Amino acid sequence: MAIPWPRDIREYPERMRATLRAVGETSITAGLILMLFCAYLLWGTGAYTQSQQLLLKRELERENAGKLDRIELGRAVALLRIPKLGRDYQYAVVEGVGAEQLKKGPGHYPDSAMPGQTGNFVLSGHRTTYAAPFREIDELERDDEIVVEAREARYTYRVTSQDIVRPDEIEVLAPVPGKPDIRPIRAFITLSTCHPEYSAAERLIVYGVLKETEPRKE
Amino acid sequence: MYAWLWRKLPGRPRTRALTAVVLLAAVVAVLWYVVFPLLEPAVTLDEVTVEK
Repeated sequence: MAIPWPRDIREYPERMRATLRAVGETSITAGLILMLFCAYLLWGTGAYTQSQQLLLKRELERENAGKLDRIELGRAVALLRIPKLGRDYQYAVVEGVGAEQLKKGPGHYPDSAMPGQTGNFVLSGHRTTYAAPFREIDELERDDEIVVEAREARYTYRVTSQDIVRPDEIEVLAPVPGKPDIRPIRAFITLSTCHPEYSAAERLIVYGVLKETEPRKE
Repeated sequence: MYAWLWRKLPGRPRTRALTAVVLLAAVVAVLWYVVFPLLEPAVTLDEVTVEK
């Protein structure tokens, strides 16, 4: 406080009151701003994701023909549907897992397999912020379907298991998840998100394997 | 702080109240659209990738 304390001790209570009021008002203001920031993280960030999802979905509808082996970072890979999480559950998967790409939707690891390919199709998605596409993937159980609508075909994977791993256990990304030394003969899918919710301590992993391929009719 | 601000606002109580609401909205808008997006990358409560 810049103002010096009064000489007369009888004026102390007034001074004290003013100081306490200032501290109280500042604390309340800081608290309100923090609450607003939490609201922004949980809901505000989703607005950006929603608008980007529209663009990505439009991109998928437009370029309907042919299979793309390599997709540029930030472009649409396929449409992800998980019937167990609701009939409306569909997200456009974006290429890349950098912060910028994950803001747009679930991201595909560029080095992992493409949808339906032999190997591991690996996706990461937010669980609390940016529309939280993977918020409820912990509810997936064995034999639940994960549908990936790529440009050339619809691939239906079935969930095989779930796991919780350390953030650096990159074995889960291997062509055969968890077994980096084995060459794949099947097509797998792996979803990763943070665990527990609101924490970056661990990762929740959902594994699946390709069950059915339906080529798109032209 | 708020009492001081209230005294500084010009006009009758009604005008003051209106000005206060507008000011509050402006502050919230600046926080929401400018400050929070800048702060957001520093919050790592939603790290989702697996990497070395």
